[in-house]
Amino acid sequence: MKDTCSAGTPFRCLETLVVPALEEVGRRWERGEVALSQIYMSGRICEEIVDTMLPPGDPRRVNQPPMAIVVLEDHHTLGKRIVLSALRAGGYEVTDYGSGLTVDQLVERTVRGKISILLISTLMLPAALRAREAIARIKKELPGIKVIVGGAPFNFDPQLWKEVGADAMGRTASDALEIVGTFTAGAR
Amino acid sequence: MMTATMTPLERTLTALGQKEPDRVPFFLLTTMHGAKELNLSIREYYSKGENVIKGQVALQKKYDSDCYYPFFYASAETEAWGGDVIYINDGPPNAGRPIISEHQEIESIEVPEVASCRNLEKITECIRGLSRESAGKIPVIGVVMAPFSVPVMQMGFEAYLDLMYFEPALFETLMKKNQQFCVEWANTQLEAGAHAICYFDPISSPSCVPPELYRKTGYRIAKGTIAQIKGPTATHLASGRTLAIIDDLATTGTAIVGASALEDIGTVKAACNRRLSVLGNLNGIAMRRWTPADADAAVRDLIRKAAPGGGFILSDNHGEIPWQVPDGVLLAVSRAVKKYGNYPLDVR
Repeated sequence: MKDTCSAGTPFRCLETLVVPALEEVGRRWERGEVALSQIYMSGRICEEIVDTMLPPGDPRRVNQPPMAIVVLEDHHTLGKRIVLSALRAGGYEVTDYGSGLTVDQLVERTVRGKISILLISTLMLPAALRAREAIARIKKELPGIKVIVGGAPFNFDPQLWKEVGADAMGRTASDALEIVGTFTAGAR
Repeated sequence: MMTATMTPLERTLTALGQKEPDRVPFFLLTTMHGAKELNLSIREYYSKGENVIKGQVALQKKYDSDCYYPFFYASAETEAWGGDVIYINDGPPNAGRPIISEHQEIESIEVPEVASCRNLEKITECIRGLSRESAGKIPVIGVVMAPFSVPVMQMGFEAYLDLMYFEPALFETLMKKNQQFCVEWANTQLEAGAHAICYFDPISSPSCVPPELYRKTGYRIAKGTIAQIKGPTATHLASGRTLAIIDDLATTGTAIVGASALEDIGTVKAACNRRLSVLGNLNGIAMRRWTPADADAAVRDLIRKAAPGGGFILSDNHGEIPWQVPDGVLLAVSRAVKKYGNYPLDVR
């Protein structure tokens, strides 16, 4: 582990240790074998490890498209926090738009930030459905943007992410990591 | 042999006694839908207890449900603690920003007195009214948030997990305060005429904390709380998985467990092994896009797997039907319960 995770080889550490660990946690979540509290803590631990090797703002992080994450409409932030930790642990720089944003606020901030990848987290069904309007308006202004959605309503209704016009849906934080990896392929 | 028609209360009590009643009891847990029935906004609807009485009576008649459900919204409890409620036009009112922003505030936060909370008085008034309407025939189900689960609304989920893992003394202080409130609120509802209390405890679910942590926390707190509630309780993990802690739940003093749509209802019922009855587990979120034929098939499947021998109440998996589910689907669910749920069962 010491050889893999030295300060000089951060991405080797990410690829061989951190990302596989997060993927394994994700698989166990899918099987109902780990709890949200454990995913939250594992994400925070991975984030701390990676922050020591690749601090936020490190030039090696920022060579990627602008990314943002948000909780639409309410203040249930745990899902966003878990995904944010996983993405940061994966070496990505992500702007946190926080929670409780309305559709208007999200559209305005995303367009102003010229975001290329937007992650929307929701807990309540009405907020998940409201993502449809947000995504349609954002895509009108930023046709190249990729939007990833996640949260309980999408887990309980596997067709919902397509209905709201998202480009992808993540059931786990490691899903989000993998999807972002696909969308940013070759960017770093 | 046909069984004589029972009242909803008789039907429910027979099923809870692990016997077969006249048909499968059906708890359609509609809440804000009463606003549609009365042509009011959700905010107006919840402004008076009498609105919810009228709404619940109309909904029970419309869908022939076997209970009254005077649950307003979960954040009514944090409202009692001084929190804000955010109303939307197409969903349950939601908790605003947390009332505890720093862990240290737990020491000084005061437990509200139920009798002095005007918003809770509306709910108590509603229970009194529904108890009169019931005339002993239709169960009235009160609701409390478990002391172990309400901190998600009081302080936010992340801060609560940090408290649980890193601040054991403050965690215990908060649990003590929440338990005091929960017991008083549950017993107030029972005194007002509720027949039973639904103890919502999603954080105890293995979906939220691992069973070994639950046994040291949510389990111990549930056992101590339920022992002080002066009536029967049903534990609902609000869509969370149950199987890994069924044996523990069975010794908390609760009578019913709400099953998740993520689990097979037959497996949950077998694990309960007559120690607990099972409530569930229609997928409320997926229900929004169901056809009447989907509803028919889903009800039939649940009855086939979980209804033999009693000990089963057909319901959704979350404890609240989403606003967006069409009336036609709910009517189809109701029809299917009567089509397949008459004992002796004839469903393969």
